[in-house]
Amino acid sequence: MSKKRNDGRAVGEARPMEAKVGVVPSAKGSAMFKIGNTIAVAAVRGPRKLHPKFLQDPEKGKLRCFYNMISFSGAGDRVRPGPSRRSKEINLVMESALTPAIDLSAYPGCAVDVFINLIQTDAGTRCAAITAASMALADAGFRMQDIVSAIAVGKANGEIVVDLNYEEDSDENGVDIPIAMMPNEEKVTLLQLDGRIKKEELAKALELVKPVCKKIGEVQREAIIARHEKDGKGN
Amino acid sequence: MAKVIKEHIHSLLEKGTRQDGRKLLEYRKDVSVEYGISPKSAEGSARVRIGETEVVAGVKLGIGVPYPDQQDAGSIMVGTELSPIAGDRFEMGPPSIESIEISRVVDRGIRESGALDFKKLCVKKGEMVWQVFIDMYPINDAGNLRDACSLAALAALKDAKFPELDKSTQKVDYKKKTKVGMPLTDDPIEVTVIKINEDFLIDPTVEEEEYLDSRLTVAFLKDGTICAMQKGGKGALSTEDINKMVGIASDNVKILRKAL
Repeated sequence: MSKKRNDGRAVGEARPMEAKVGVVPSAKGSAMFKIGNTIAVAAVRGPRKLHPKFLQDPEKGKLRCFYNMISFSGAGDRVRPGPSRRSKEINLVMESALTPAIDLSAYPGCAVDVFINLIQTDAGTRCAAITAASMALADAGFRMQDIVSAIAVGKANGEIVVDLNYEEDSDENGVDIPIAMMPNEEKVTLLQLDGRIKKEELAKALELVKPVCKKIGEVQREAIIARHEKDGKGN
Repeated sequence: MAKVIKEHIHSLLEKGTRQDGRKLLEYRKDVSVEYGISPKSAEGSARVRIGETEVVAGVKLGIGVPYPDQQDAGSIMVGTELSPIAGDRFEMGPPSIESIEISRVVDRGIRESGALDFKKLCVKKGEMVWQVFIDMYPINDAGNLRDACSLAALAALKDAKFPELDKSTQKVDYKKKTKVGMPLTDDPIEVTVIKINEDFLIDPTVEEEEYLDSRLTVAFLKDGTICAMQKGGKGALSTEDINKMVGIASDNVKILRKAL
């Protein structure tokens, strides 16, 4: 816990966060989540009949995620619009990160779609997207077992740290481990890793991430409550 | 269902009012422009709100070779992504015809008006020019995306600063922004007027857009010069209609200009 990071944070400290629910009025549920310079906006569409038909699940609704880095959201060249192999994989892992938390048994044959636009990116985009998406789903009123809170933990400049920023993420000996948790249940729903790490270090990383996910969960909860209180006053 | 809504809109218009209580030629009051909404990544960016309608737009710059027929001019590329994030009626996939039309009209307003000096985007004649990518992303569609997109694109251009360029290696250092803005000489802004039955309306809602007979988008420069037009919808317009619609659009452009 000694060395300071390039932006002055402690090893277990996430970047400043901001959360807001109900940012897309035409959607059933929506949310904005900002962490450091990374900004994600999510909106829920559906439940609606899933097409083509062979994709339908007669038992329950299917959650689908659509992660999208908008063209001017990257610090370098313009991001080409449209799906990429990377964004498709992110859609997949987002769906598995959120599905355990949500009960769609009331919507057989339907799809519930979450669209996530990244407005600005500075590492940790899939985690910000998951965090925003789970708030949007809660805002839409789906029955959920817990919120889903996501953050990356990893290794930068030889230290195990949470919430890597772009510079830390670019460390060539670095390790990036995006994790999503249901913070109250303390269950992990997303786990990826790239880089090289010893299993003792991984155990340390997993411990470090827990309180941070709980804190994100608090930020999410407050935003959802704030919106409902506002609604109660006739807004 | 569709018929019910259509009849409802018609009966309201007969009484001189609309779904949200506005008069036919009343623009929504809350028009706002916020600059620099993606300052760490875009060279320029802006958010426009017209009531609950929200569009974010951004400018990215790149270096490329000039077109063969314009050796001393840069280029622009305008895109609109109508993602389902903004409304139930949008679908994933390649750009829809609606999004292409929005982009093309914004492009013409900027390009054909001469509001952007393409010659000043030239770094080295015949070899190196700036390419300006303008992309619009509706976040919430509560009607009148056309006006909102046009204003957002202009605002993002006004916010944009050139990044540093190493002319010998043609490398752009996106982390270092200069203080030099885009070579804009004017501010083209679009206003859309729609016609339902015999009534003219400004700043339409989503449902009014769905049941319109005709639509006319007109882009104006600061001095009132018209610099782009696009007629839409399945209905036909008389020349009187057109003159009237251009007049209405021209009366309302100041509302948008004031928000800049």
